[in-house]
Amino acid sequence: MRKVKDILEILERDARTTPEQIAVMLDLPVDEVRQTIDQLERDKVLLKYKAVINWDKIGGEMVIALIEVKVSPQREVGFGAVAERIYRYPEARSVYLVSGTYDLSVQVVGKTMKDVADFVARKLAPIEGVQGTVTHFLLQRYKEDGDILNGEEEIERLPITP
Amino acid sequence: MSAIRFPSRAVQRPRRSVISDRVNSIPASGIRRFFDLLATIDGVISLGVGEPDFVTPWHIRESAIYSVERGQTMYTSNYGLIELRIELAKHLARLYGVEYDPRTELVITAGVSEALDIAIRAIVNPGDEIIIPDPTYVSYGPCVVMAGGVVVPVPTFVENDFKVSAEEIEKRINNRTKAILIGYPNNPTGAVMAREDLKGIADVAARHDLIVISDEIYDRLVYDTEHTCFASLPGMKERTILLGGFSKSYAMTGWRVGYAAAPAEILEAMLKIHQYVLMCASTSGQKAATEALRNGEESVQRMVREYNQRRRVMHRGLIDIGLSCFEPKGAFYAFPNIEVTGLSSDEFAERLLMEEKVAVVPGTAFGQRGSGHVRCCYATSMKNINEALVRMKRFVDRYVRR
Repeated sequence: MRKVKDILEILERDARTTPEQIAVMLDLPVDEVRQTIDQLERDKVLLKYKAVINWDKIGGEMVIALIEVKVSPQREVGFGAVAERIYRYPEARSVYLVSGTYDLSVQVVGKTMKDVADFVARKLAPIEGVQGTVTHFLLQRYKEDGDILNGEEEIERLPITP
Repeated sequence: MSAIRFPSRAVQRPRRSVISDRVNSIPASGIRRFFDLLATIDGVISLGVGEPDFVTPWHIRESAIYSVERGQTMYTSNYGLIELRIELAKHLARLYGVEYDPRTELVITAGVSEALDIAIRAIVNPGDEIIIPDPTYVSYGPCVVMAGGVVVPVPTFVENDFKVSAEEIEKRINNRTKAILIGYPNNPTGAVMAREDLKGIADVAARHDLIVISDEIYDRLVYDTEHTCFASLPGMKERTILLGGFSKSYAMTGWRVGYAAAPAEILEAMLKIHQYVLMCASTSGQKAATEALRNGEESVQRMVREYNQRRRVMHRGLIDIGLSCFEPKGAFYAFPNIEVTGLSSDEFAERLLMEEKVAVVPGTAFGQRGSGHVRCCYATSMKNINEALVRMKRFVDRYVRR
């Protein structure tokens, strides 16, 4: 189990690490590393290899909003059916069921604020079971998924020390 | 009243150095010269560091910040904060099974560097001989000399994985020998000593009634093996001065917090020096160290796992380049032999820096037996390690072909 976790942690840190490199880092045979990765992909533990981009830096036109969605759960299917109807839209980038004053947390991406507002008003709010929405526009991203976006300061170390 | 004038009688004194003979006799650090050279060059990948590239975990930093905010800025007890000593005693008991009384057998020092100095000064009389492995950490020799002692180096060999042998130590013992000073896991070689190896040294120490100063600053940085605390060996606690700290295991080098553990009589002597010369270690540092011991275990394990991955990449990389290098099992250094290039370790380090902008430390900085080797530190990012290896390969290829 530790081996699997180690492989996943390495790939999470840098998805471009090759099986050969992982094999040296963990002192494992290359074939075992390859097979383990293949199995994890098949089991959908390893879903995707992704580059984390700070779009703000190249001025990509993108507006992100976090929407609180209140849902009246339906018989037999609970929140899941509503969640599915929402997440089928590509504009809905993340969908979570949460505890607290509302039920679903949805992250929506659009080109402009109007696009996002239109999506919420015309596609999301009318879904059966949706009681209400509150839209929060994302103004500044500081840290995402463990990565600090605007560069931590380079830590200064003396280049040579005994 | 006229000024009284004395006839001029300049006394002819022979010109003499302002600096003490003792300090004059200590060599300038071989590392200093390199440091100055490096400062003139941009874009260097440095494998010449001796500290983690991790920043102290946030919860540890935060506890110190909080304590400063609350105004905890006064001296602590000379021995160090009692809650830190209690945690430390628990920690040593848990890890190594050694029981130290937090009130009488532990002192918190300004880094393990200070612990080393006061340990030596507490026991060395002028002319006492101290046996030290070669190569080893740069400070051991100079500290012994500064205390008026005599350094007796014991060569270590790559054939024996740079472990120091009990036989070689015993050969050098005479009636002036006071102590054996060892540091495992070792800087610069990355060598470790297994329990059986240390038992041999323990026997020698017992037979000749010597003190053993054991610098275990790298105790948590061991890979695919276990660390043996010297004081945990049968009969050794009463003749061991155990030195340790937080710098390497919790990435707290700049905080200057370390410790010494010893039987009460020796500890009291060290305490005397410490109280006159330092009073106490930094208060916020001690607060941070307390938090580290209480809640830092997960961080240690995470860092050790990462060091281990880098260690494997570095070791394999050096061998693939064509340098011979025994597998280091401790600390975060590799100590390859560079003789295949036909260069001395100083030449290798200097030319590698100028031609490929990679900094390593020549082995000679650590003792005569370091000749022909360089110290490569892998406490740096995987990206830096890989790039450094690429550049080193180019360099070695050039020189081996010649």
